[in-house]
Amino acid sequence: MPLDPATVRRIAKLARIHLDEDELPRLQKELNTILGYVEQLAEVNVEGVIPLSGGSETAMRMREDVVSDGGYPEKILANAPDRIGNFFAVPKVVE
Amino acid sequence: MLDWTIVETLAALDSAKVSALELTEAHITAVGSLNPHLNAFITITPEIARKQAHAADVARRAGAAPALAGIPLAIKDLFCSENVRTTAGSKILGPFIPPYESTVSGKLLSAGAVMLGKANLDEFAMGSSNITSAYGPAMNPWKRDDGVKLVPGGSSGGSASAVAARIAMGATGTDTGGSIRQPASFCGIVGIKPTYGRCSRFGIIAFASSLDQAGPMARSVEDCAILLEIMSGFDPKDSTSAARAVPNFRAACGRNIAGMRVGIPLEYRVSGMAPEIEKLWQAGIDWLKQEGAEIFDVSLPHTKYGLPVYYIVAPAEASSNLARYDGVRFGARVEGEDLIELYERTRAAGFGAEVKRRIMIGTYVLSEGYYDAYYLKAQKVRSLILRDFREAFANVDVLLTPTTPSAAFAVGEKMNDPVTMYLNDVFTVPASLAGVPAMSIPAGLDSRGLPLGLQVIGRHFDEESVFAIAAALERAADFRSLPALREGAIP
Repeated sequence: MPLDPATVRRIAKLARIHLDEDELPRLQKELNTILGYVEQLAEVNVEGVIPLSGGSETAMRMREDVVSDGGYPEKILANAPDRIGNFFAVPKVVE
Repeated sequence: MLDWTIVETLAALDSAKVSALELTEAHITAVGSLNPHLNAFITITPEIARKQAHAADVARRAGAAPALAGIPLAIKDLFCSENVRTTAGSKILGPFIPPYESTVSGKLLSAGAVMLGKANLDEFAMGSSNITSAYGPAMNPWKRDDGVKLVPGGSSGGSASAVAARIAMGATGTDTGGSIRQPASFCGIVGIKPTYGRCSRFGIIAFASSLDQAGPMARSVEDCAILLEIMSGFDPKDSTSAARAVPNFRAACGRNIAGMRVGIPLEYRVSGMAPEIEKLWQAGIDWLKQEGAEIFDVSLPHTKYGLPVYYIVAPAEASSNLARYDGVRFGARVEGEDLIELYERTRAAGFGAEVKRRIMIGTYVLSEGYYDAYYLKAQKVRSLILRDFREAFANVDVLLTPTTPSAAFAVGEKMNDPVTMYLNDVFTVPASLAGVPAMSIPAGLDSRGLPLGLQVIGRHFDEESVFAIAAALERAADFRSLPALREGAIP
């Protein structure tokens, strides 16, 4: 089922990307082209197939649950668009 | 000397025929004259390069030169470089200066490599043409008979362009669905995507983590072997890094291929494939036969589902990976009335059209009510694609296919809709989904004078067989054509 404008708006909201109204028709068309293309997977029989989630053959490694890095706030904050002391600063969230 | 391979250059450096500083200066000059035409580099780092070249000369005189001492390379701008701006080809990372070095680029630098600069790429490595870069498209140094400007392929287009035009001896690339192999093929150079897990992903800006792999691009198979050997190896900082010894890839290039079993997957004979590519593929088969390899038809029945699986899995992972670009901790910010508006405005201004499309597709296929139909289904079909490869590799050592369904195209071609562009990756995506190593080798020119590549695909962690077959193809193809744009040949 093709995406309607309301769904495209909802996806943009979920993805935290601001959309101007005039961008909507083009984006709707493009997303529907892509979804139309991937529809062909419906014809593949996958009964009993275990999904493959990764490119790695081996199971994830475990490691000790200890702090192994850190302790350099200046390095971390050097790229921050805004900071107050050793904190990242954002617009007020709670009144 | 700009024309030399890395193997030739190391010999010249060792015999003091040339110094690393002279070599680096020649490259810096060539970058200066050619980069305005090619836009292969987003950032050039001549001062860093000179320092590294000087250090290489000092080490060599002391008899302690590491393996790559003095070799000038381009580093794809997806690898974090300590204290050097790293953009991923995106506006959102325009102000980003990493406080650390990626494992792979760090290994190359520790081995004495010289960094000429950061190579252009499609934004966040999402593209097959380099036109999605926020820093302008990189150009292909090759020219078609009609003289129009051609794309270098993508996403590692700047890397391929620089190596082909002789303004870098080698480059790092990354490959998620073909981003090393397709530009290597379009620019007439060699590139290998190793087995998933062979090279550490630490410090490489993430696109689709279950597919992303680093690999080298260079002008010969042996040069790629030298680079890959240094780039490979276990890294505790990457949870999917393989704890395996790194083989001697260079030695594998000299192996006798008599008796090796080469599979020809019949599903890669797609309708509409250029007859020249079909012919070149047959030539590759004949060359390998002449060297004593045995040829077998094999079937990979789920090949045609590779692209649709990829265009669900990769955007899904991308939508998650790119959630970190929120204008709070690093990168560009656009202010808003509240935090949500800050996020939305920052991401709207910072991401280009292709990246937004993929984030939105990824968000949709992972959203409640659609996850099973799209994402889970794609993961199951991905399983079947891996099974196809395993079954084929029970009978053959490697597979031989074309790298791409066409030669390099012009800026503006194949750009009617996103799916037309995606079809470029039809031959490269399946190996990415299966995690197996695959390499592109330049094998000939088409009737319009453009390079075409052949692809060799191997078993998991058997890059050695890939190198052996690739080296045999390289010897037989004897590809010596040069691109129109290169040092000494600027229109």
